[in-house]
Amino acid sequence: MTVKLHGRALSEPMAWTSTAEDSTAGSWRNQRPQLIEAKCTGCNVCWKFCPEPAIDIVGKKVAFDLNVCKGCGVCAEVCAPGAIEMVPEESA
Amino acid sequence: MAKLTIPSEEYQVGGHAACPGCGAALAMRYLLKGLGPQAVVVIPACCWAVIPGAMPGTCLRVSTVFSSFESTAAMASGLKAGLRQTGRGDVPVVGFAGDGGTADIGIQALSGAAERNEDFLYVCYDNEAYMNTGIQRSGSTPAFSWTTTTPHGLEKHTPKKDLPMILDAHHIPYIATLNPSFPEDFVAKATKAARFKGTRYLHVLADCPTGWKHDPSQMVEVGRLATLSHYWPLYEIDQGRLKITWSPSNPIPVEKYLRSQGRFKNVTPEEIAQIQQTVDERWHALQERASRDQKSPERIEVQSETPASSVPHSVHPVSETVIVHPNEPFPSR
Repeated sequence: MTVKLHGRALSEPMAWTSTAEDSTAGSWRNQRPQLIEAKCTGCNVCWKFCPEPAIDIVGKKVAFDLNVCKGCGVCAEVCAPGAIEMVPEESA
Repeated sequence: MAKLTIPSEEYQVGGHAACPGCGAALAMRYLLKGLGPQAVVVIPACCWAVIPGAMPGTCLRVSTVFSSFESTAAMASGLKAGLRQTGRGDVPVVGFAGDGGTADIGIQALSGAAERNEDFLYVCYDNEAYMNTGIQRSGSTPAFSWTTTTPHGLEKHTPKKDLPMILDAHHIPYIATLNPSFPEDFVAKATKAARFKGTRYLHVLADCPTGWKHDPSQMVEVGRLATLSHYWPLYEIDQGRLKITWSPSNPIPVEKYLRSQGRFKNVTPEEIAQIQQTVDERWHALQERASRDQKSPERIEVQSETPASSVPHSVHPVSETVIVHPNEPFPSR
């Protein structure tokens, strides 16, 4: 009998994978962050406080990685200009 | 784009198994930003034993070793000795344990290692209970806080262990308290701690929305209230000299901090007064010691074996730092 873990036989050499590529964490979310681009000043405070991190700095704005974002809402809370809005998953 | 106030390098990736709004995840992210890619992290049984993810997945881009609950400091001492013997003494070794693994279960190994002044950095992320196993009371749980083993009516009446001061009694080179709601202070202290030789101790307030019973989005705000109310003062003890690194100009009553969390929902006004008194006494003692220590002469800092190359970012450009993935061997020197 072959013992398998994550579709791989235990006798095979193990390779570490990054949780960012192969994760179900994004499915925990019940609300998602949405950027109101007109209000974003590019201060990166949301990036600084994201515990994942699920926020990338793209040019002058930020982008959310929804594969790994758990929707905790810290980013929306720390955003001084109010450029991040938490939207329920059903209506997103 | 606004200038970044903390290093942009990420040694922790998303998709890990921490709860939404986890303060411990944020603490590890900042710590590794301060230490750089060469660090070896020793993790005992705690939330962080689960957070990296199920094998073969990991969210850390640094090497990790999982130890038994009580032997974080012993394993870190041994790792450092082994690295030194194989000519890699410059690799920074970090013990990263929760408050249960530090204040209760791991304290004998930590105390022994601190007494021998073993060369590693010990980080305690204090979420004030055994959060990983279901919010049981620990030696670091504050008075009158709810946990599953101290339910309403049977609350703890003794204050939490003052771990930084216990470690201060071991006369180790560097001790600091940190708060993830103050990232710049956090990263600066982590980078500073990496420079010393000997046992260094960092005590981090790690918010746990699950155990502290508040909305995950309030994580940063609750941490701010902790420092603004003097509940979690930010100070460092550098070679025995205590310095308060940041103090609020208008401190708020501790009640505001307590009321921000569901675990203190049933605290009575008398109990709040008692907590306020403890917090005030501790703050005055810290201030007195800080003013006394400022007058004492400064001692010469003993440099760690960690060379400048492993202290990253602000000192060296990104291109010069080497990222070690867990399945790769360490770059040979």
